[in-house]
Amino acid sequence: MKKTILSAAIGAVVLGLGAQGASATTLEDVKSKGTLTCGVSTGLQGFSAPDNEGNWSGLDVDYCRAISAAIFGDPDKVNFVALTATDRFPALQSGEVDVLSRNTTWTLSRDTSLGLDFRTVNYYDGQGFMVPKDLGVSSAKELSGAAVCVQSGTTTELNLADYFSSNGMDYNPVVYEQLEDVNNAFNQGRCDVYTTDQSGLYAIRLTLTDPDNYVILPEIISKEPLGPAWRQGDDQWGDIVSWVHYAMLNAEEFGITSENVDEMAETSDNPGIKRLLGTETDSKLGADLGLDENWAYNVIKLVGNYGEVFDKDVGAGSPLKIERGLNALWTNGGLQYGPRSAKSDWLLNNVYWRMAEFRHAPSKTRTLQGNNFR
Amino acid sequence: MADTISNASFGESRAAALLYNPAVRGFLYQLVTAILVVGFVWWVTDNTITNLRNAGIASGFSFLDSRAGFDIAQTPIAYNNDMTYGRALVIGIVNTIIVSVAGIITATIIGFIVGVGRLSSNWLMAKLSQVYVEIFRNIPPLLVIFFFYTGVLSLLPSARDSLSLPLDIYLNNRGLAFPTPIFGPGSWFMGAALVVAIAAIMSLAVWAKRRQMATGQQFPVIRTGIAILILLPLIAYFVSGMPVTFDIPVKGRFNLQGGAVIGPEFMSLYLALSLYTAAFMAEIIRGGILGVAKGQTEAASALGLHPRKVTRLVVVPQAMRIIIPPMTSEYLSLTKNSSLAVAIGYADIVAVGKTVLNQTGQAVEVVTIWMIIYLTLSILTSIFMNWFNAKMALVER
Amino acid sequence: MAKELAYVRKEMQAQKPAPKKEGTAIQWVRANLFATPKDTILSIIGIIFLVWAIPPIIDWLFIDAAWTGTDRATCATVAQGGMRPDGWSGACWAFIGNKMDQIIFGRYPDAELWRPILVGAVFTLLLIPMLMPSAPHKGWNAFLLFLALPFISFFILYGGVFGLPVVNTSDWGGLMVTLILSYFAIAVSLPFGIVLALGRRSKLPVVRTLSITFIEVVRGVPLITILFMASVMLPLFLPEGMTINKFLRAIVGVSLFISAYMAETIRGGLQAMPKGQFEGAASLGLGYWQTMRLIILPQAIKLVIPAIVNQFISIFKDTSLVSIVGMFDLLGIIKFNFTDLDMGLARHSDHRPDFRRHRLLGLLLRHVALFQLHGAPPGYRT
Repeated sequence: MKKTILSAAIGAVVLGLGAQGASATTLEDVKSKGTLTCGVSTGLQGFSAPDNEGNWSGLDVDYCRAISAAIFGDPDKVNFVALTATDRFPALQSGEVDVLSRNTTWTLSRDTSLGLDFRTVNYYDGQGFMVPKDLGVSSAKELSGAAVCVQSGTTTELNLADYFSSNGMDYNPVVYEQLEDVNNAFNQGRCDVYTTDQSGLYAIRLTLTDPDNYVILPEIISKEPLGPAWRQGDDQWGDIVSWVHYAMLNAEEFGITSENVDEMAETSDNPGIKRLLGTETDSKLGADLGLDENWAYNVIKLVGNYGEVFDKDVGAGSPLKIERGLNALWTNGGLQYGPRSAKSDWLLNNVYWRMAEFRHAPSKTRTLQGNNFR
Repeated sequence: MADTISNASFGESRAAALLYNPAVRGFLYQLVTAILVVGFVWWVTDNTITNLRNAGIASGFSFLDSRAGFDIAQTPIAYNNDMTYGRALVIGIVNTIIVSVAGIITATIIGFIVGVGRLSSNWLMAKLSQVYVEIFRNIPPLLVIFFFYTGVLSLLPSARDSLSLPLDIYLNNRGLAFPTPIFGPGSWFMGAALVVAIAAIMSLAVWAKRRQMATGQQFPVIRTGIAILILLPLIAYFVSGMPVTFDIPVKGRFNLQGGAVIGPEFMSLYLALSLYTAAFMAEIIRGGILGVAKGQTEAASALGLHPRKVTRLVVVPQAMRIIIPPMTSEYLSLTKNSSLAVAIGYADIVAVGKTVLNQTGQAVEVVTIWMIIYLTLSILTSIFMNWFNAKMALVER
Repeated sequence: MAKELAYVRKEMQAQKPAPKKEGTAIQWVRANLFATPKDTILSIIGIIFLVWAIPPIIDWLFIDAAWTGTDRATCATVAQGGMRPDGWSGACWAFIGNKMDQIIFGRYPDAELWRPILVGAVFTLLLIPMLMPSAPHKGWNAFLLFLALPFISFFILYGGVFGLPVVNTSDWGGLMVTLILSYFAIAVSLPFGIVLALGRRSKLPVVRTLSITFIEVVRGVPLITILFMASVMLPLFLPEGMTINKFLRAIVGVSLFISAYMAETIRGGLQAMPKGQFEGAASLGLGYWQTMRLIILPQAIKLVIPAIVNQFISIFKDTSLVSIVGMFDLLGIIKFNFTDLDMGLARHSDHRPDFRRHRLLGLLLRHVALFQLHGAPPGYRT
């Protein structure tokens, strides 16, 4: 056992690899490292997948890039760490990654007993089913007796069990630990049905031998709000991660795109836009977050607004061609609703959120900092 | 060490003498080691407790009684998603044991055939055996398992075009479906007949041995025994009015329904483990046979024993003594390699534990359970093989 | 000598004909393949097996294989939107060719590829004299290869010193990771194995108990549980704020595992040392460490070098398991690339040697090997 200590000590000290001292907040930590470490999936088209040159792309990846743009003014200061379904929570808990942007479902138990925090949803998803066309199935209610492929250790696995038992149907589970194995098995006909989040089904269908031969059933059997997660208790970091998303939503609502953001910043008189882009004279919104005043400008300029990113990665401009649906802006009948960074919403934005955090926060941070109530 | 001693109130020479006293030195070395280890364990435990508390992760084994909520693909004993995590883990243990035992038996048989094949005077057989051994010994077991799994999935037909084998057995890429017997009332009669048959065979064996000792005449115990074992229950079956019916697999909408299915996950894991381990066993068995001195075979032939009896009575018992110890470690490594099941979705203890770990986040507890189970399996196998080894060992005066 | 002895031969046996000329091919075949009826049957089975197995594999590997191409169509049939005729089955070497960089180096940046290549070259340069018995300065050579190079190579690969840009370990992958993991595990496990082996043979009960416990526990559990432990539990063991990244965790896991096996190998060598060696050393007045360092270990390790080399080979095999904990070693990166849209899963997932298509002997598989009963279960007949 002495050797164990030695090995750990030598490994950590001499190689100095990745071992980092404790830091007060994630933001300070990220700033001092100069890169944001972002946990993504091991490869899901449209969300986080590498291309032939090994560059990552996708909705979750762009979200990481947006956070990097907000902090550093450069979207490429991100170190992507591919995580399996099992690795993801320990990796975040231990500080190996700063933020987890890995199509992770926000659930009560994850929010409470795993030491994580969720606040925003960057993709409203729901669990669905995909079947080969030649089975002639048109509804999930007809699936009794089918072999169902599912990834283990996910909420999907639990929903599947609940759905079938509550509908009095039986099924043969075919369970794999890694996504690639589930895809491969379904492709080879090991099972009749593939179940995961619907967005995932669209992405996976593209990689099958004959994509046209598969249909995605209309039923959605669960709510799967996918969003970024961070370590519980670091409220400033949570604010940044959440507000990057809100800024992208608000930009879409205001019609600010990466193309016209410069023009908007110069010419727009709309106080909301000016406040968002940090061009308002006495703006302190960025400083309140611990960022530059033009953080949102950087996000929009360098990564894009929510609609642009959605289109490029999973929507009409991508091979997945997923419709906006629930992910349309609230103004278009969807669920994506970004709180405003306007002063008129001062009470709403500050007091409401701060109070919510106040209840959550560990006792040492429960001092009323003037900054918060400026 | 010098520091520890020099501030004591001994004189220089006494201190030096004490320091060079092997007993004192040994004690000090051990004390330092013990302090380091205890300190390290304490440090790790403290960190873990702090981390768990900070992260708000639950600890303790109470999760074993909570509802699991997930389904398991291979359930040798009754299970559904309303049962507990503890029950799910038990399923995992049973699956591990099933595949290990099946793999051990098959690997031993194949290993024996290939090991003897390498010694064959037939050049082609010797070479084929050698190629087999070299291929499987030099490929990582994980790759072998993937290879078989992909092979099973892609070579076998889909459920709709199942291959139909005799006795209502069907083979497709969902597995091997076969009829299961349903025991109706009156089946106890067959069970009783089976017990009677076994008792009869045992007494027959005792009698045959006694007769051989007394008269030198032999009696075909094995052939007679098999006949009794089959005939008695069969007669009971007809006498009691054929109480056993069969649940035959028939077409369902998606899969074959009814009967029982051995899934491709089990088949490929079992095949891969058997074939992989058999390559190592072949070498052990070859070594064991070569290790029997040539004089033994020659002496046996000189006594006029038939070549088959030379092998059975002289070579094998002696080779066994060489073979058993390394064979034990191969059995253990097969059991441990069965943990690779997690890669192809066979619900062994590691795969189920992994799911439980993901659902509950209780890493420390699950890893502890894994370790205890594997250590227990290792120890049990060792105990059994040691007992077997002692039984086979040369009886010396 | 009146008594007749029944077993004494009275007539000479007839002379056997002179052996036929040896060394001809026919004779060799007769002696080695068709000596007895049993041999003949076995040989025929063997030949049938070879004729059945080899041609489709060659077809698949070379003749029908897709060698060049850059996109999805290369290895897909027409029905799947590709360029191959329906029913085509062949190896998709184009996939391997296109992904060669990733398969070898993972996502290591192109501009920095000289770094792993340099490390590989230095490693080879140090390894070759190590393997030549006649090469001088074995001690220095071993020191450089097993102690100095692992550290230096790590800094070269990771960067951050000498003005080299940092390449995060999450971008390492492929064969490079397999080799580095094995190399580091060897470099760590050899000294630890020696220490553990000495500990196990120690007369001090505490040291011995600890060593035995460690060795037996590690040897009693599968590597995969140790890797899972390293990946999910190690982070919990460290104080808050201190992290060890995934790559290092895998190295720690594999090294601990191999050390226990190495210890047992080396213990074998120690046990083989005659008692006289210990006694001789003691009579010269050497202490424990001197005895071990100067007398016992050099001889003991020399004895078990073949076993140690076997151990090294098995390390290469064992590192393939890290793909299960989500690392992109050789196996992991290939599976990872299946999800690539341009040249991924779609292209080669169902390409395997198609035994069923093979003209003559395909029938054999279908009709003989599968019990001559090829039909559909009731209800599937259409």
